[in-house]
Amino acid sequence: MNSRILFGLAIGLLGAATGHQAPAATRITIAAVNNPAMIELKALSTRFEEQHPDIRLSWVVVEENVLRQRVTTDIATGSGQFDLVFLGMYEAPLFARRGWLRELRDFPASYDLDDVFQSLRDGLSHEGKLYALPFYGESSMLMYRKDLFAQKGLTMPEQPTYDDIRRFAAALTDKAAGIHGITLRGKPGWGENMAYVSTLVNTFGGAWFDQQWRPQLDSAEWQAAIRFYVDLLREYGPPGATANGFNENLTLFASGRAAMWIDSTYGAGPLFDAHESQVVDKVAFAPAPVAVTPRGSHWLWAWAFAIPTAARSPEAAREFALWATSQEYIRAVAAHAGWAAVPPGTRRSTYANPAYQQAAPFASVTLHAMETADPTRPTRDPVPYQGIQFVGIPEFQSFGTVVGQSIAGALAGQMTVEQALRAGQATTLRAMKQAGYLK
Amino acid sequence: MTRRRIRTWLIGGIAWFVAAILFGPIFWMTLTAFKTEGDAYELALFFSPTLQSFRDVFARSHYGGFALNSLLISVGSTALCLVLALPAAYRMAFFPTSRTQPTLVWMLSTKMMPAVGVLLPVYLLFRSAGLLDTVSGLILINTLLNLPIAVWMAYAYFCEIPRAILEAARVDGAGVFHEIRHVLAPVALPGLSSTALLLIVLAWNEAFWSLNLTSAKAAPLTVFIASYSSPEGLFWAKLSAASLLAVAPIMILGWLTQRQLVTGLTFGAVK
Repeated sequence: MNSRILFGLAIGLLGAATGHQAPAATRITIAAVNNPAMIELKALSTRFEEQHPDIRLSWVVVEENVLRQRVTTDIATGSGQFDLVFLGMYEAPLFARRGWLRELRDFPASYDLDDVFQSLRDGLSHEGKLYALPFYGESSMLMYRKDLFAQKGLTMPEQPTYDDIRRFAAALTDKAAGIHGITLRGKPGWGENMAYVSTLVNTFGGAWFDQQWRPQLDSAEWQAAIRFYVDLLREYGPPGATANGFNENLTLFASGRAAMWIDSTYGAGPLFDAHESQVVDKVAFAPAPVAVTPRGSHWLWAWAFAIPTAARSPEAAREFALWATSQEYIRAVAAHAGWAAVPPGTRRSTYANPAYQQAAPFASVTLHAMETADPTRPTRDPVPYQGIQFVGIPEFQSFGTVVGQSIAGALAGQMTVEQALRAGQATTLRAMKQAGYLK
Repeated sequence: MTRRRIRTWLIGGIAWFVAAILFGPIFWMTLTAFKTEGDAYELALFFSPTLQSFRDVFARSHYGGFALNSLLISVGSTALCLVLALPAAYRMAFFPTSRTQPTLVWMLSTKMMPAVGVLLPVYLLFRSAGLLDTVSGLILINTLLNLPIAVWMAYAYFCEIPRAILEAARVDGAGVFHEIRHVLAPVALPGLSSTALLLIVLAWNEAFWSLNLTSAKAAPLTVFIASYSSPEGLFWAKLSAASLLAVAPIMILGWLTQRQLVTGLTFGAVK
């Protein structure tokens, strides 16, 4: 090849690449997270396009951390690449505070906004204004093997405590049979181990900060909670627990190698799927355990649709968001894939539906968890922040993950619990000073 | 004789061992692609294979669109890279000045900067130039990313060519163009084709900028793979199937051209 051919080829490619046609219908680009509920939405969205021939949908589906980075870059620079974005409960109020999202109001009567859980609407609002519509929501709960409990003559109380959990884990662990008493998140990350650890600290009476934004990781409550977590997992948990996130634990539990698991209410769906789970008829559910206070013992999270201020087609985006979070859509999923597959944790009407209650035996525990999780009062003592398993400030992603790494270090035996918390306290203190919360 | 045989066996053994380690992840990915999502987390080597993950992947994503973008971006950026790199390397190899070496080192040093450090400025420039989510934008960024490597490799190959050949051609009355076309090109072709192949592979595998600068229209296969990863939900089998589909074209290209690639990569390696 000589350079003339190469040059011609390059010019040709550049020409081909820039020759886009203007579409006749309004095309909206949706940035979405990859999970089963979203895949179902994408599959059913052709119905929306049939109902709205003037709107066409383009999807950008990525893993949640990539989505976060991508959406933040786009929204912060006002680039308008996306008309509709998936946001979590952590980002929605933060983005709204900066004026990056459009307020959502004037809903049609058929949408029935009051049917959407109040706790989710609160978590997705800023200064009383709603900025995102929840597509699916989750809390956390205890999943356990009722057959193993019966074998050992154990009874699950209506509201288990962490003392019960330790006792059960000791009785259920059967290393010879390859059964671990309990499995919990150990993989470091603010949305991984720290989501669970924060709820544990909350119910042990601790908090991330006091009212003056002073970090509390050196408190007796944190010490007690983390010591409990490390001892419990080391004695009765699976080996290599620091590699386990939601998926790994789901696999351990679904293949019958763990007797108890405290994690997202979302986990119940796959555990009842006979293709993925070997424990379909052996699993039962209970509320997340408590220690000294029920406050913040279970988390609250939602993936929700929001419209960036810079969106090019906000009206069409709003139209789709309303459809995707409506009762009509939930009924469409039920007709297409069964009631067990509907997006959980958003609307009261879903839980009032007898067909859903029958298809999803975990419905009542989930409903109770969703209704009692209060992100505005997450701890025993008052705190200056919102969020149960996270702290609703932009800096949390960074120091939350670093603290998560220290706690994983303690779990792996690389350092003591005291050392891990001392390091965590120093990191958090530094971050808060740099951000100007503390002098 | 025996000692030599032992040495041969030993070197052969080490080569097989290294090859097995390198091929391990690809082998495991291929295996996982044919498992069910439930089996994907198990370490079992024997299972009943299924094509379900491939069916799911094709049903969910428009593979052809992503693959076409990957092809346009990798071939386009490679072509542009060579157009820019060859004259630069020619000049530096055959007419070096006191600034040649520092310039080469400076070019390579740009590769040492973490990409995320310049994400925001590049993003803003792309937004102003209307290059976000365009194939031409990705061709441009991949060209910029790979240009230092292209210049270095072409420079190394040119340095291997005895200058006397070119001088002889010049004595015979050849101009620069004829000199390059009839003398330099045939000699440097194996090296340059392996440079081109490497550039194609690098552009094909580029993920960071592809994920950040595209959305719906210009997304290549690396973005296609990223859509199958999830911390909540079982996607290992689908992720493996998607990855296999994404790497298959470039692996086939690698197999077909492995002789040229090896010749090119070892050409000048001793220097």
